[in-house]
Amino acid sequence: MTAPMTGKDVSPGLEAATVVDAVLADLPRHRGVVVDSPPGAGKSTLVVRAAGHLAAAGEPLMIIAQTNEQVDDLIVRLAAEHPGLPIGRLSAADYLVPERVMGKASVGTKLPELGDPAVVVATADKWAWVGDRRWPWAIVDEAYQMRSDKLLRIAGLFERALFVGDPGQLDPFSIVEGERWAGLSWDPLQSAVAVLLRHNPGLPVHRLPVSWRLPATAAPVVSEAFYPFTGFKAGTGPGERRLSFAVQGMRTAYDLALEEAAASGWALYELPSRHTVRTDAEAVQAVAVLATRLLQRAPLTFSERGERPVTPERIAVGAAHRDQVAAIQAAGLPAGVTVDTANRLQGREYDVTIILHPLSGRRDATAFHLESGRLCVLTSRHRHACVVVARAGIPELLDAHPSADSVQLNVPVKFPDGWEANQAVLAHLAKHRVEAAPFR
Amino acid sequence: MDRLDLLRGPVPPRPHDARAIAALAANPGCARRAVLDAAGIDKDATATHLGFPAPFGQSPFAITRGNVFESLVKESGCAELLRLLRDILDLPIPLAAYNDLGDVGGNPSAHLRHSHTRKLIDRAARDADDAGTLYDHPLLRLDIAGHSSYLEPDVVAFRLGGLFRIVEIKSFAVVDGQAEPDKVAAAARQAAVYVLALRNLLRELGHDPGRVSHDVVLVCPENFANRPTATLVDVRRELAVLKRQLARMTRVGTMVDALPPELTFDLARDADGVPTRPVAELREAVRGVDARYAPDCLSTCDLCFFCRDEASAEGSTDLLGRQVRDALGGVATVAEALGLADGSLTPDEGQEEIARLLRLADRIYAEVS
Amino acid sequence: MSTLAALARLRALQTGTAKRLATVRHCHLSERPMVFIPLRLAGEAAAPLAAMAGTDPARPRLLVVPQPRDRDLRFAFTAELAEILLPYVEGLQKATETVERRGAEPYERCLDAPQLIVPNRGAVAFVHMLGRSTRFRRAEGPYAVHPSVPVLGRWLTFLAQRAQYPGSAVLLAATEALSLHWATGQSMLEDANLASLLGWIDPPAGMTGASAAREAEDPLVWPPAGPATDPGFDTEVLVPAIRAYEQRPTERAAARVGEAVRTQLEPTWGLMWRAIDLLGGLPAGPGTAARWEADRASFTNFTAQLAEGGPPQPKRDGAVGAASRLARMERAQASYDAQRAYDDPLVMAGHRLTGEAFTGTVVATDPDHTEGEGRGRKLRPLLTIRTTDPARLAPGARLGTPERRGQQAEVVEIAGGLVTLKIIKGMGRGKAATPGAVPEVGERVCYAALSDEFQPPASLPAPEDTPWTHGGPPPEHVPADEDPEEEWS
Repeated sequence: MTAPMTGKDVSPGLEAATVVDAVLADLPRHRGVVVDSPPGAGKSTLVVRAAGHLAAAGEPLMIIAQTNEQVDDLIVRLAAEHPGLPIGRLSAADYLVPERVMGKASVGTKLPELGDPAVVVATADKWAWVGDRRWPWAIVDEAYQMRSDKLLRIAGLFERALFVGDPGQLDPFSIVEGERWAGLSWDPLQSAVAVLLRHNPGLPVHRLPVSWRLPATAAPVVSEAFYPFTGFKAGTGPGERRLSFAVQGMRTAYDLALEEAAASGWALYELPSRHTVRTDAEAVQAVAVLATRLLQRAPLTFSERGERPVTPERIAVGAAHRDQVAAIQAAGLPAGVTVDTANRLQGREYDVTIILHPLSGRRDATAFHLESGRLCVLTSRHRHACVVVARAGIPELLDAHPSADSVQLNVPVKFPDGWEANQAVLAHLAKHRVEAAPFR
Repeated sequence: MDRLDLLRGPVPPRPHDARAIAALAANPGCARRAVLDAAGIDKDATATHLGFPAPFGQSPFAITRGNVFESLVKESGCAELLRLLRDILDLPIPLAAYNDLGDVGGNPSAHLRHSHTRKLIDRAARDADDAGTLYDHPLLRLDIAGHSSYLEPDVVAFRLGGLFRIVEIKSFAVVDGQAEPDKVAAAARQAAVYVLALRNLLRELGHDPGRVSHDVVLVCPENFANRPTATLVDVRRELAVLKRQLARMTRVGTMVDALPPELTFDLARDADGVPTRPVAELREAVRGVDARYAPDCLSTCDLCFFCRDEASAEGSTDLLGRQVRDALGGVATVAEALGLADGSLTPDEGQEEIARLLRLADRIYAEVS
Repeated sequence: MSTLAALARLRALQTGTAKRLATVRHCHLSERPMVFIPLRLAGEAAAPLAAMAGTDPARPRLLVVPQPRDRDLRFAFTAELAEILLPYVEGLQKATETVERRGAEPYERCLDAPQLIVPNRGAVAFVHMLGRSTRFRRAEGPYAVHPSVPVLGRWLTFLAQRAQYPGSAVLLAATEALSLHWATGQSMLEDANLASLLGWIDPPAGMTGASAAREAEDPLVWPPAGPATDPGFDTEVLVPAIRAYEQRPTERAAARVGEAVRTQLEPTWGLMWRAIDLLGGLPAGPGTAARWEADRASFTNFTAQLAEGGPPQPKRDGAVGAASRLARMERAQASYDAQRAYDDPLVMAGHRLTGEAFTGTVVATDPDHTEGEGRGRKLRPLLTIRTTDPARLAPGARLGTPERRGQQAEVVEIAGGLVTLKIIKGMGRGKAATPGAVPEVGERVCYAALSDEFQPPASLPAPEDTPWTHGGPPPEHVPADEDPEEEWS
């Protein structure tokens, strides 16, 4: 079963295509073009298309990604979409070529080793070591997660660039205090896009309007909570994505939560209110059991891609802290299920996600826990359903949260506010609440 | 709202100034503070009578400095201010009218002055001309938990075309484009109170409240001189917080209804204004509403020393700060946490994990120190 | 805050005295530090009111501005401060050592560097502000100042900027240095009060830490350690004294202001030296010497810059300068964190508790284990450690160990209290491991996922090549004529 273009599909598809065309048309007209892409809005598709578009004009192109995994992903997609396009990959000496990349790109640690491919892809860190060459074009991927000091090291390599990224995810950070640079237009701790736009306010900023990842049940929630001013819609309509189970449940609270998620796209598996340590054993246990139970129920997805079983690789578990991730791992997850922090889940996509709410069991929230980007990443990785595990009491915590953030002059205010975003998501989750079974 | 009057006793409610309103967000989880604030109770006098006077004071040097700077900015019909506005808003205005709304003659009541402000702002909002106008000493009003508070900002509202802006004058320095973040934050919170009050006024008068900009103009001395400089500060976040807190205040009613009917914080002042309420009785009354002490209160609440003493007597882990309480996974008292650490206390249900962690910490600490 | 630090605070509260958070001292302590306690006029950004300074506890120098709003008097104060600070700094420039460098010319590095100790963070900020307000002054032209004033400004700026590097010790805040080593029975916010913090650490005879700390909050008993003065003191004492001086600027009137501020400074002077004694009582951690060496190198560099007649430090960092400073600061932070843990089992304990480190006993080894074939065959000694710590490390995680500092190991497996590691670096280049490189069965070892290994960052463009994304090349810096004349009311 393939996805036929039904009448309903045409409008979001068309809308997205119009934006992509506008981006491509803008490329030769400006020194830089920025494209904001909400979760799953076809950022990679755009990068691949723009790369083909630029390569077709015969101009050499450099592509900058942030991690090795992202570089490899891009190469795989470039090779698939543009067979015959010579691609090079710059890498560190200890880089092992993954199987999926083999034969798709020439790999080397230095430019001359690559021959002279039309497109060269590497991480920002690697590009920083390439001197003495200027490229007419660059594409910077995940540009909102790139710190501006990294851009400073490589911006001399290109004449013009397309910057693509998701402004709603986590901001780059540093282990040191950066107060001394606050308010400077080139503050090295700001994102590459923030600094770029501050110095070049006239550059066009496009927004991809459609999320192809998030289902119709999730796009409005995520859009309203994390992209209140720009917004986006789902590429699929209500009911076009379904999740079902081949194995009957046993009416346990875990089953009820999974069934609620299958039916509505969301479930809040709520444990009794209690202040706990970060690695709350009950919550960690619940996350692990939910993942196990999910696979036991033999889940099936129906979507524009057809009917597919949900394999462990299509399931992710997310948490805020590394020790929580370690605790969830230790609690025993089915093999193949991904578990990671919000930071490392950025840019990834799964069918079903199970997340430990960053505010669960806390008495006080810190800026870290309230950061809107963290919750945004966690609640926007799924194509079908997201199960949130949390202790009751988060509304009370938010209500009692003191607002005494300090303010630096000339630092643009970031939206949405973490408090508001958390509140919006919570309000929605409250409609999909399943009370946890008594422990043990 | 007579229940609140009873809680306060036969004295007029303490008016909320912008600072007090801005401070509502400092510790919203504290029921004690919420009730006392809603009832307009003089917390400073209460704390003093309890034997725990607030540790706040302002140096006369700082007060003088503030006044000198403000009058410098407002000199000759705000000439200096106009220069700054021209620069920062990039306006081609050679001149601006100056309207002193405080100039009502005699010694008018707040109500009268507010009416005057209303009248002029209404006229201003209808005026379509493009000349800039500065409004000094406006008297704004904000309803807090059913009480009207008049706000007498040391600020100016500036109108150009259809848009109003709040100007806030502060005497902390901006050095090379940076100022102390806490002070800027306090100024932004206060300015947000004025933005909201002015927006409410426009709405009441039937105008679009969106005509008050969320970018306020902060005027401060530049570097080490008296020369003022202006910076635009976006107060949208502060406005959101403020609206949230004001909405909470109206919910204090349910909290108050649950209090024992005879409860009062009346200081029973005598004819000379000296409190005669027995201290022990007042202490019991205050303790009748739960506090949520945190060390941050030491810089924001008049009752801080009283509540700290109470937390100390109860052996509460709140005494050590939010980070400690967080690291203890919510264990409420020092004795309990230490009992769990040395194993003398059997953990309650749900405490097994923090108990394990504390015992481990205790073992490792003993092993290496 | 770690559970360990939280527990230490609980114990402090229970016993009434502070508890140690470190077994060794993590900041260098100079043999001859200079104590500097500045007071600022309330409501002003950097108007000095008074200061107490000196290197001898018995002979504090008192500096006073009898009318802080008088700019001539303020500059007289800075000139007097220069008279104290500059000879101290210059005295440390003379003795040097020759440092050999691989691939570069050997250079001379000062054997010592200045160390300014101030009461708290506020005073550090004040040093920065005072430096900013004086370094652009000139000795000639309008508003001329004493030639030592701009030099003082540059040194104060050097100290304040260097202090932003984690682990630097050229400008220490006493409260922060003490808090690094002791946990009190109060909150971190209250620890910012020097008198109260010392009350917990070293209460006077017959008092508990708690009562000493409480007493220390009374400004009449313990005046604030600055730079802000007690508002009550300002109202009751300072206002009339300054007014009297204004009316008749006599020596007597000046002395009255001097005596007034002396009462506010003297108690803190005593506290500062007690703090230094307490810190000096701790043995120095091994890493302090290396970090002080970096401070000495930085001091030497700045001395040279000054001698070459370079311009004063800019007001803000340019794009390139900011990025390069950030890289250096991040490197300093990472190595500071790692060094402290490796130097101090109590600091390491915090990492053990979170599972990023563990201690245990070696139960099995395979010192000759190899990986790969033929020419790619590599020595990878294996060891298995039994631990009761809650180690939370993923296979493949890189670990270091305090027992063998150059060594690196990789986690192979963790199961049931047994951790298997393979050593990947620092076991010698031969076919067999260097004797002693692989721990023996029965040995107590500690491994941690902390590294102070340094990977040099890629180079930055020259400032004049700042790309268009960052605003393009900055305008050439012309020492602005108005800089020295900047109004100083």
